[in-house]
Amino acid sequence: MARRPARGATPRRVQRSRGERRQERALLQRWRRGSEKTRSSTPLSPPLLYGVRHLQAARTALGRLASSLVHSVLTVAVVGIALALPAALWVALENIERVTGGWQEGAPQISLFLERDLSDGAVMNLAAQLRQRTEVAEVRVITPEEALAELQAETEMQQALALLDENPLPPVVVLTVAAQLEPTAVARLAEGLAGQAQVAQMRLDQEWVERLHALMTLVERALLAIALLLAVAVVLVVGNTIRLTVESRREEIEIIKLIGGSNGFVRRPFLYEGLVYGLLGGTGAWMLIEVGRWSLQTPVQQLAASYGTSHTLTGLGFENTVWLLLGAALFGLLGAWIAVARHIAAIEPA
Amino acid sequence: MIHFERVSKRYRGGRSGLHGLSLLIGEGELVFITGHSGAGKSTLLRLIPRLERLSGGRLMVAGVDIAQLPKRRVPLLRQRIGVTFQDHRLLRDRTVLDNVALPLVISGVPYRERLRRVRAALDKVGLLDKERAYPPTLSGGEQQRVGIARAVVNRPPVLLADEPTGNLDPQLSAEIMQLFASFQEVGTTVLIATHDHRLAATFGRRMVELRHGELAADYPAQEGI
Repeated sequence: MARRPARGATPRRVQRSRGERRQERALLQRWRRGSEKTRSSTPLSPPLLYGVRHLQAARTALGRLASSLVHSVLTVAVVGIALALPAALWVALENIERVTGGWQEGAPQISLFLERDLSDGAVMNLAAQLRQRTEVAEVRVITPEEALAELQAETEMQQALALLDENPLPPVVVLTVAAQLEPTAVARLAEGLAGQAQVAQMRLDQEWVERLHALMTLVERALLAIALLLAVAVVLVVGNTIRLTVESRREEIEIIKLIGGSNGFVRRPFLYEGLVYGLLGGTGAWMLIEVGRWSLQTPVQQLAASYGTSHTLTGLGFENTVWLLLGAALFGLLGAWIAVARHIAAIEPA
Repeated sequence: MIHFERVSKRYRGGRSGLHGLSLLIGEGELVFITGHSGAGKSTLLRLIPRLERLSGGRLMVAGVDIAQLPKRRVPLLRQRIGVTFQDHRLLRDRTVLDNVALPLVISGVPYRERLRRVRAALDKVGLLDKERAYPPTLSGGEQQRVGIARAVVNRPPVLLADEPTGNLDPQLSAEIMQLFASFQEVGTTVLIATHDHRLAATFGRRMVELRHGELAADYPAQEGI
């Protein structure tokens, strides 16, 4: 009797052992009315019961989505468009990288214009040295004579050239850089070579590719930021939708809790709703991208043809589609969770 | 079964509740809780499935101390207690069938079994032909019976009824009360809160009268009825 609180005092929670608590649950679970000694049906085993509960929740969620179809479709559309934006940008970037990657694979070339008074032997020496370097794939020497002959053959300046007393052209070494080299490494190599005494002038046919590359890195960063922002937007949109649904179903939630529905039981359909919003939104985004790709296919081919190449637009691909859907589902679930976690526990039957 | 030990309940804002009420209700008993409105009848009922927290004293239900019950166990308690409400508390956008099935959905009873038990409960309250109807299309008495079917569908050991005959005519009221009595016959402990002292008295069961949140009288059941 010692633990009975004084009249009017709020009963204090007494620390109880695990055994006691388990016994309490068993008491409630085994509690039957007098005439009923056994259950008329055997209860489902816990894992099966868990599965059944999730199926029920999923079905309830789908039912609710279907019952407010217009609203659901609008939410899915918003989620889909929000996801389609970064995904489409990503696809565009991939395609651009594929195109410029093709150009890069022709491997950057460095042309070294040497001092004019350099002897043939010295030129050959330098070429031999350069061949030793791992960054260099190929070295080609163009002697002044060869260059002059080429110039005479390709231009119509034979007469003008014939007037010259001596060959004005320098010896040239053309390096093809190893393909796996990063643009920054190429630039470093080129600068190093330009600094050498024998080299009068260096030309790197790489700079614009490098600039493009830098630009793409920038775009990639921006894309990441946009993707993050839009992911947050998806979470908020789904969260807000679910929060409104919770609010509009307040009475139902109270009644369910009144007759013994746990927070989990009430929460589950809402979480499934969020998941479905995310999944359908992700599917919508995928469809938008495919439609966009299909409608751009012909113009892109025409453009490529005008440059004398061919390019077919690639889509998301299987793996990235899976990631898109997974991410979308996750964002939807997260939004629902944020909306529901505290809200539902706070609704108490009155 | 249900043991109130000097239970008190104070509401915020000074609304009266219960003041040191002690009451013992045995298993399988049918007890009418009578008294004027504001006497604490509803409060007494609402404390049992912990729809309200008690402010003092101790309440034991089926050997469980209600005040000490952790929050996550409360749903389990409520699943074992059938309650009907004066305002019915039915889901307006669900059919009668779905409303009555709700407690079974909560405790994860499979569909086929659920349908069988819902029909049995609806049959018991005489509403089998209304299973596809929506609550707002039903009369007050019918809604009350849907509430009763929902309360008993899970075969709870305890059934609580808060003013079940609220605005019903005398004949209908008697029928409803008779229905509750029939649940007692199968071993359910039944508590009925009603302001209708005279109707309760005709049943000759135990009657507990409350006045200003305190026990005013406890009339035992009359033999032979």
